[in-house]
Amino acid sequence: MAMTVHCDVVSAEESLFSGLVELIVATGVEGELGISYGHAPLLTALKPGPVRIIKAGGEEEVLYVSGGFAEIQPTVVTILADVAERDIDEAEAEKAREEALAAMSGQPTEIDYAHVSAQLAEAEARLRTLKAIRRAAGK
Amino acid sequence: MAGGKEVRTKIASIKSTQKITSAMEMVAASKMRKAQDRMALGRPYARRIRAVIGHIANASSEYQHIYLQDREVKRVGYVLVSTDRGLCGGLNVNMFKAAIKDMQAWSEKGVGVEICSIGNKAASFFHNYGGDVVAAVKDLGDEPQAASLIGSVKVMLDRFTDGSIDRLYLVGNEFVNTMSQKPQIEQLLPLQADEDESLQHKWDYLYEPEAGVLLDGMLNRYIESQVYQAVVENKACEQAARMIAMKSATDNAGELIDSLQLVYNKARQAAITQELSEIVGGAAAV
Repeated sequence: MAMTVHCDVVSAEESLFSGLVELIVATGVEGELGISYGHAPLLTALKPGPVRIIKAGGEEEVLYVSGGFAEIQPTVVTILADVAERDIDEAEAEKAREEALAAMSGQPTEIDYAHVSAQLAEAEARLRTLKAIRRAAGK
Repeated sequence: MAGGKEVRTKIASIKSTQKITSAMEMVAASKMRKAQDRMALGRPYARRIRAVIGHIANASSEYQHIYLQDREVKRVGYVLVSTDRGLCGGLNVNMFKAAIKDMQAWSEKGVGVEICSIGNKAASFFHNYGGDVVAAVKDLGDEPQAASLIGSVKVMLDRFTDGSIDRLYLVGNEFVNTMSQKPQIEQLLPLQADEDESLQHKWDYLYEPEAGVLLDGMLNRYIESQVYQAVVENKACEQAARMIAMKSATDNAGELIDSLQLVYNKARQAAITQELSEIVGGAAAV
C-alpha cells in the first residue's frame, strides 16, 4: 500500500472530506499542486478549481472549491475552502459562463470587469471539475 | 365572599402569563434546534483553521506577521458576544461576571481595558457599568451574518495593528448542552502556538504567494471565523437558556396558580359556611 496522508476538506458550511489519502491534486494560485506523503510544509491560497483526492485504496473523488487556503504538513493536509461543492449543476455553470462571456464582450467598466472575470473563472472551474468527476467515474 | 374576587383575577392574570411563557418556551425550543444545526455546521471549519493557525504560530518564519508578535501588555481589548434580547436566565450576567473578573485582574496591574460589544445586552450593560466601548454591533437577528460582524471586529484588529491594544480576547458562551452553558474567555491575538512536540524544531512553510499577502488574508479570515463561530454558538446558548428559563417560569406559574386556587377555595368554603351558619342562626332565632 502506498504511503498515505491524512486529509481534511472543510468549507465554512460543512466538512466535506476527512480521511487517509494517497494523493491530492489542487489548484494553487501559483499552479497545480500534487501532494502526497512527506510533502514539505506549504501554505498556499487556492484558486477556484477542482480538488482531486485519490483515497487510500485508489478510489478517486473530485470536489469543487471556490477558493480558500491549503495547509500542508508532512502528515496532514488541511484544505480550508470558502465554498466547496460535491455536486455541480452543469446547466447552471454553463449559463453562468455564457452570461460572463456576454458581459465581457459588451462595454465593460473597470469594476464590472473584475467581477465578471471572477465569475467566468468560477464557472469554468466548475465545468472543469465536472469533467474531472466524469473522468474519475468513467475509469 | 372576602378576597374571592381578587384571588380569581390574580389567577386569571397568572394563567395568561403562563400561556405566554409556555409559548416562548416552544418558540425557543424550535429556534434552538436551528441554531444548534448552524453551530454544528460551522464547527469543523473553525476547529481546522484554529489548528492551522496553531501550526503557523510555531513556524520560524523570516516574515513576522504583526498578529504573531507578543508585545508588552499596556492595554487589552475584549470582544464580548452577548444576546440581543433578555429573558434568557443568567446567561449574559454569568458571562459579564466572568469578563469583569478577568478585566479587574488586568486593571490591578495597571493595564487599560477596552471593549467591542456584540449584541444589545453587552452594550447596555457596559453603558451602565462603565467601560470603554470602542465598537458595538447590535440586532443580529436569528441568523447572524458574518458580513455584519466584520466592521466592528476590524476596529479591534486595526487597534491591535497600530499598537493601541496589545492583546485581544474573545468572550462568549460555550454550548455544553441544552441544560448548561459556560462562559469562556479565549485569547485571539497575539496568536497562540500549538504545543505539539513535533512542531517545536526550526522549520518554516513554503508560501504561495509570498508570506505577507497570504498570512494577511488567512489570519483575518481566522479571526472572522472565530468571532462568527462564537456568535453562532452564543445564539444556540441563548435559545437553550431561554427555553430552560421559560420552562421554569411556566412551572413556577403553575405552582403559584395551585396555591392561589387553594386560597380561593378556602375563602369560598369559609363564605359558604358562614352563610349557612347565619341562615341556621336566623332560623333558630325565629
